Amino acid sequence: MKLRITNGRVIDPASQLDAQLDIFIDDGKIIAMSDHLDNFIADQTIDASNHIVCPGLIDLSARLREPGQEHAATIDSETQAAVKGGITTLCVPPDTAPVIDTPAVIELIEDRAKKAGRTMVLTVGALTQHLEGEYLSEMLALKEAGCIAVSNGLTPIKNSLVQRRAMEYAATLDLTFFINASDPSLASQGCAHEGLVSTRLGLGGIPEEAETIAVTRDLLLIERTGVRAHFHNLSTSRAVDLIKEAREKGLNVTADVSAHHLHLSEHDIGNYDSLSHVLPPLRSTRDRELLQQAVREGVITAISSHHQPLDNDAKLGPFAETTPGISGLETLLALTLKLVDDDELSLQQAIASLTCHPADILGIEAGQLKVGAQADICIINTDAHHECRPEHFVSAGKNSPFSGWLFNNEVQTTLFSGNIVYQKG
Amino acid sequence: MTNNQLTESGRLRHFLTIEGLKRPLLTEIMDRAEQFSSISHQQVKKVPLLRGKTIVNLFFENSTRTRTTFELAAKRLSADVMNLNISTSATSKGESLLDTLHNLESMHSDMFVVRHNQSGAAEFIAQHVAPHVSVINAGDGCHAHPTQAMLDMFTIRRHKHHFPDLRVAIVGDILHSRVARSQIQALAILGVGEIRVIGPKTLLPTDCQSLGVHVYHDMEEGLHDVDVVIMLRLQHERMQGALLPSAREYFKRYGLTEEKLRCAKPDAIVMHPGPINRGVEIASTVADGPQSVILEQVTHGIAIRMAVMSMTLGAQSEQEAQA
Repeated sequence: MKLRITNGRVIDPASQLDAQLDIFIDDGKIIAMSDHLDNFIADQTIDASNHIVCPGLIDLSARLREPGQEHAATIDSETQAAVKGGITTLCVPPDTAPVIDTPAVIELIEDRAKKAGRTMVLTVGALTQHLEGEYLSEMLALKEAGCIAVSNGLTPIKNSLVQRRAMEYAATLDLTFFINASDPSLASQGCAHEGLVSTRLGLGGIPEEAETIAVTRDLLLIERTGVRAHFHNLSTSRAVDLIKEAREKGLNVTADVSAHHLHLSEHDIGNYDSLSHVLPPLRSTRDRELLQQAVREGVITAISSHHQPLDNDAKLGPFAETTPGISGLETLLALTLKLVDDDELSLQQAIASLTCHPADILGIEAGQLKVGAQADICIINTDAHHECRPEHFVSAGKNSPFSGWLFNNEVQTTLFSGNIVYQKG
Repeated sequence: MTNNQLTESGRLRHFLTIEGLKRPLLTEIMDRAEQFSSISHQQVKKVPLLRGKTIVNLFFENSTRTRTTFELAAKRLSADVMNLNISTSATSKGESLLDTLHNLESMHSDMFVVRHNQSGAAEFIAQHVAPHVSVINAGDGCHAHPTQAMLDMFTIRRHKHHFPDLRVAIVGDILHSRVARSQIQALAILGVGEIRVIGPKTLLPTDCQSLGVHVYHDMEEGLHDVDVVIMLRLQHERMQGALLPSAREYFKRYGLTEEKLRCAKPDAIVMHPGPINRGVEIASTVADGPQSVILEQVTHGIAIRMAVMSMTLGAQSEQEAQA
């Protein structure tokens, strides 16, 4: 299959490219990027006039709910949602059921993903058996089976000795260590940011120290063990300061933030809106501003969906009794580009935070447009003013707090390995 | 914040929280309660205002006083009352809150009086009931207990008349207290001169000042020259989770004794939402003493609940008439 994408504004942050070019694709790979190519007869030409053509997005954390919670979502449903959002590579955290602590689970997920055939699905292996935080999982076996990194999912390892050993062992195997930083005792009483809103609504608070104390412990252990580490979903500005300091010191540490934490704050809980119930909790408006600044300044290099599709019942109840989580695959790009519209980020920065930067964190080739690269491409209509309507999400999870938000950008076409896997109808 | 407890014409459709209500409405509730409180002294303690209406007391949390006064209030308004103690029936069989609710709705209830251990539960229920059903919050988690706050305001008004001249101190576990949150809002709306909260840091919420109060950790200092002292109940479970070392130590510092009460104005009144823990937050000599109005509060609870019930169901009939 020979494809030609014409007249698009091609943006490739990895090479600082921003130019009007055609992209020529053959056999799943980019074979040329230029005005024309001799002797190339395209089977199909995609007109990308007035559109942005950029690498397919890479999402560092998206829960697909399979295996184990297929009533909430499946690999098939969520990879459809991913490509509608321009995402061609995504990482699955280990907290499936059963957890990703054996090669068999990795094989199952990869098989189903291959069958769906729309995106690259990478698995993150469990650090400890059953994520219980006691015994190390067989990380070598997981690595050989193809896992891209290791983490303990949303259940932090309480025991600092186990955390240290896990880091040492991951470092030995040259595996990247993903961390969702949260001190379990400080977080245990709460469901919302401890601050103005929790005080007013009488909701249990999660203080910012739940994050900063965990980040501090882990940074000290990272320094000692030399493991390559990545912090997921930072929510507080003081954690950003800690990461900044560690990076300046030369530690091999990166961080991402969720698109929703860049746009929402504790105030969006409003009157117990369970759709804004998420962990880590939405923090103060100042935290939100400083998280945006951290992306702008390159302290936080990646923006992720932290997609957690839930069925409707999970959000029906008094706030604290509802399940935390936001369905984010289909808003990741629009929310990130909204920061460009709001002059918070440059276009290059925004796209880099969704493509080459997460690729660097994962140590993979994807996330750039260059000759020889796999043709994972996202074509964006930047003039598609529309209202966000979660009830129309492709994802099985309609749990989004962004209903009614106005977006300017929308994915027009997504290519994965040279195949058109999404085309806006 | 959306305030879905009011109808378009500003009448009470539900009664979920004090927050966002206006002073005239609070005054109207108290004025109406004043009228109803005379009924309690008549031979026949009934008025036919809510005849034919069905009111369901939906208590997901144990309560004696609040449930009984709601029941009495409803009966004095001639409504039919059903009491449901849910913690021992439906939810233990795995039925969800919404399922329970819809089942009760199909029995054609007109009003739910709801108590639940989760903040926001009353709001949630109000969002999901059929349009003809009113919801009254009888306490949701640590969030609100608006009828309790109104009966407290009513009690204060009976003794103190002019709210702006008053200094009011609320003492104890503010962090977990739905009563305190509603009281603070009501006092602020009624224009009380100074609202103070007194307690150890472990029992005060973060950014407590944002509620519009002055914070004191020292009881004598906090009680200085106040007109009203509101003591809060200290739940036994607060002794766990490292919030307090012991009831004895709490009483020593924050228990209301005659000696500490002398810091307040000589004519200060002492209030407590009950049930009281004698010797934990309040000494018996104070609870039973001349400045205590604790039992009056209970009596006023009936009149206030009659007022709120008649107003919400009144607004409902008004809406129906318009439709």
